[in-house]
This record gives sequence, C-alpha cells and structure tokens, in this order.
Amino acid sequence: MGYTIIEKIIRNNTGAQTVKPGDIVTVKADRVMIHDIFIPFVADKFEEMGFKKLWDPDKAVLIYDHLVPASQLDDTRHFRIGDAFAAKYGMKHVHRSDGICHQLMTEAGYVKPGDVVFGTDSHTTTYGCVGAFSSGIGYTEMASILGTGTMWIKVPETIKVVIEGKLPDDVMSKDIILRLIGDLGADGATYLALEFTGSTVEEMSVSSRMTIANMAVEAGAKCALFTPDEKTAEYCEIQLSEFQKSLTGDEDGVYKKVIRYRAEDFVPVMACPSQVDKIKPVSELEGIAIDQVFIGSCTNGRLEDLAAAAGVLKDKKVADYVKLIVTPASRKIYQEAMEQGIMEILSEAGAIITHPGCGLCCGRTGGILSDGERVVATNNRNFLGRMGTSKVEIYLASPKTAAACALAGRIVSAE
Amino acid sequence: METFTGKVWVLGDDIDTDIIIPTEYLALKTIDEMKQYGFSPLRPELAGLIKEGDIIVAGKNFGCGSSREQAPEIIKALGVKCVIAKSFARIFFRNSINNGLLLMEQPDLYDDMTEGDVIKVTVNEHVEYQGRFYQIASLPQNLVDIISAGGLVKAMRKRNGLD
Repeated sequence: MGYTIIEKIIRNNTGAQTVKPGDIVTVKADRVMIHDIFIPFVADKFEEMGFKKLWDPDKAVLIYDHLVPASQLDDTRHFRIGDAFAAKYGMKHVHRSDGICHQLMTEAGYVKPGDVVFGTDSHTTTYGCVGAFSSGIGYTEMASILGTGTMWIKVPETIKVVIEGKLPDDVMSKDIILRLIGDLGADGATYLALEFTGSTVEEMSVSSRMTIANMAVEAGAKCALFTPDEKTAEYCEIQLSEFQKSLTGDEDGVYKKVIRYRAEDFVPVMACPSQVDKIKPVSELEGIAIDQVFIGSCTNGRLEDLAAAAGVLKDKKVADYVKLIVTPASRKIYQEAMEQGIMEILSEAGAIITHPGCGLCCGRTGGILSDGERVVATNNRNFLGRMGTSKVEIYLASPKTAAACALAGRIVSAE
Repeated sequence: METFTGKVWVLGDDIDTDIIIPTEYLALKTIDEMKQYGFSPLRPELAGLIKEGDIIVAGKNFGCGSSREQAPEIIKALGVKCVIAKSFARIFFRNSINNGLLLMEQPDLYDDMTEGDVIKVTVNEHVEYQGRFYQIASLPQNLVDIISAGGLVKAMRKRNGLD
C-alpha cells in the first residue's frame, strides 16, 4: 500500500514501519518558532513546568514581528521577556526586526523539506511550501516542546488537490487558494492535510506555493504539502536527499478525497466581508468604492507579489483618497525590491512603503481603518475587526487585483 | 484499564466553543465563575444539571471555532468525566488533552444514544451501552499520562520531579 506525503514524513520522523490516519504518534520537532505575542506566556509555562534547559537551543527560533516596531506602551515588555529568555537558555536564533516569522523560517534556512516544525501561530502551515510538515499550536504545548523536543500528533487523512494546465495571466496563486477555501468551506479541511500536485503546481515558484500553504489553515487544515523539487532545492540551497525526493503522494496512497481543477478555469476572485470562504469573482464586485489597499503579509508580501503590483502600477498614480500601503514580508525582500527598482515604481505611484513585519494584517498598526471604510488586502483573514473596527469591510485579493483596485479607487479587474 | 460508568448528556453536531462558553463570559476571573454559563446559548439549564462523573456524547466537529482554552477547562470544571463524539475540532482536541479532559472518538454511539441513559466506559477499549459494545481507538500511554496528571503543565511538573 502506498503513502501520502504527510504519512511519509511522519514515518521518517518516528521510524514507525506503518502509519495510518487516526494513529496518535509522538514526533520529534526539527524546529520550533515562537513569535513576540506569545513569548511571555511560553516563558511562564516553561518555568512553571519546571524545565531548567531547552531540549536543543539551536532548534528554537524567536521572531519579533507582530509588535515591531512597538505601537503600544506595553509592547516592548514582550521584547524584554523574549531577550531575557533567549539569553538565559542560550537561544541564538532571535530575529528582532528582520521580517515576518513565516517568511523568515524558510528564507533564513530554518526549515527543510521533510522537517516537522511547530509554531505558536496558526499560519505555521506556510512551510509546507517546501514539503515540511508544519502546524500551529498553543503556548502551553510550545513550552512542553521546548523542554522535551517532542509533541503528540494525530496522523491526518489527506485531500489531494490536482491542478493541471496554464493559469490565465491575471490569476495568481492567491486566486487558487481563495477558490479552494470557497469550495471546501472554512471547516472543509479540519484535521486534514492538503496535498497539492499537478502541472500548474510544478510550474509555480516556491513563493506562490507559500501563499497557498499559508492559507490552508483558513479551511481548517492541519498542514498543506508540496512535493520538494528542483525549485525547492534551489530555494533552500540544498541538494535533495533520497528521502526528500520521495515526498510525493503515492499512486496507491489512500486519500480522503481528490479534487481536480483545470488551471484555465480559474478567474481572479475576492473573499468578501467577513468570511474567508465567501468567495466571489472580481468581475461580480466591480464598482465598489474603496478607501485603502494593503499589499503585504506572510501571504503576499514577497518579491514576486511586489513585482506583480509594480507591473500594474508602473507609470501610473494611485487614485485620490486611496491609501496604498505596501509592507514587504522581510528585510531581504525589502532590499531586493529596492535593488530591482520595484520600490521606486511603487513609491512613484504613491504607495506608502512600511518596514517589514505583520503590520496592518494583525490590525495593530500601519493603516487601521474606521467604521464604514473598505479595504482591499492581500493578507489571509478578513474577520470582523481584523483591521480596525468591526464595521470595516475587508476584501481579500491577489497583489495584481489589489494594485488595479488602488489605481481605480474601486474594485476592478486587473487588465 | 480504567473503567467507569456515567449518566449521558447528548449534544448535537458542531458544538462550537462559543456555545461551550460565550465570549461575554471570558472576562470573568475564574473558571469557577464562568462554568455556570457553560453551554448557555444552547441549553441554559445544562450547566446546573451536570453532576460530577457525567459524560457528554455528541455528533461531529465538537469544539469547533476559536482556540480558547477555557472551553475544555469549563467542561472539566463542571465535573464531566469525558466527552465522546463522532469527531473533534483539531485545536479543541489538543487543548482538552493538555487541560486534562478525556476525549474519545466513536462514530456510532451518538446515533444510538438516548439522553439520561448510563454507559460504561473502558478507557482505550470500548463503551458498553444496552448490551452493545462500541470500540474506541486507543490513546497512547503518553496522552493517558497527560490526562491522568491533570493536564500538560502538571504532567511536565511530574516528569521534572516537582510534584
């Protein structure tokens, strides 16, 4: 009998001969990530549990991103507690202003194909873009992993998503994952792994795959997995091992469901206020006036996203009254975008370019909105109150669509 | 293997964490103050009726919704010995084990169950109800240890020789 990708990763990690969905197994963490919001709670629980040292300080990464730079008086307390915890327990991997945790974990080389990774954030699913099993957990569990290096998991069933063909020019991977979330529903993949395959997926950059893996959790998924290939190897700066190369879903693997799409059938879409699975084609929303556009986040703040936006905005101006906020996902992306002239194009068009970080996506800083205002945004959640008051309307879209909307001052399709 | 009997309360599908404890009561200082409002949007009288050792049997996707750890804490504080459902939402499942609340997945019991009846549970093996046996997938020892210790923090303290 064959195996799914997640089953192969778990077999490799545990050394178990057979693994089947529903089994509860104990896995070893290859890497863990803690961000600034939860570090005080993790530190408290860790000490309450009576641990005296980290199981492996080299495998723990602490990233300040939600609160950088501080926007409220209490924020710096998190940095002080984090710095003290890192110093006390010998953690060397601390990023204090380099960008968003989910971007840095793969970009800085902390996650490799086939790894098992846990983070204190629901969008930890992102690292499936390189074929790692990664999932979000609470702070109590993180404290226990820091002490033991292990965590129990339930082996998930898998939904295989097969996409074949060439995407239309105006469609980005964001449109694919939004459509899938709409088709599955917000709980359609609860407990499950998603596995993405097909010629469209093979053609995609690692960055585009990240967008999809990032948002898998919005359908309730435990993780999202892409087969590591040459692009993955280049991105991770490694030679793929035999194990890493074997991370494909077997023909005779057992899947809960197989969903097939033709790439040519995708159209630009938006998630309408205020559910991520409330998906409509952009063509049906045209004309709705907007106040702001946000291009950034761990979903869509990468170089190809900024380049796509710049392609739309080049030699044009953002509409009067519309604030276009651009937030690169990391310092590295920020620098590359400067070197490639992308920042200049965005700035010339009237964009407000901010420091890398979670910024507006977590609704704390950098462009929060008020009652009755509308924003088109490239991040992953449009929940009530996410970017200001509960009367702000958030439409989620791809960077290309978002840039076109910024020019028009209303919802339009990108040309 | 641990065996116990208990009176059953039957709840439906998709019992979300807002039903288990509505957001408005989360600001109360203690779980003891909150627990009287457990399940109040669905059955306001239920929290007052549940007795120590009772069992909840429910349909699919029990505990869906937010990640609030207060949900399993309240069920436990009400005295519920275990929850047996067709399925659990992922975060709720983890939070329950980590807070020492025993959960079991069983696909058929819910459809046959009448509220108020008594069932006999043999942990890791089966549920006995009206002469029929319903199999339960076994929990590995480490999870049983977490639950018996009273949650993950306590289990780790025990592991580290503190309690």
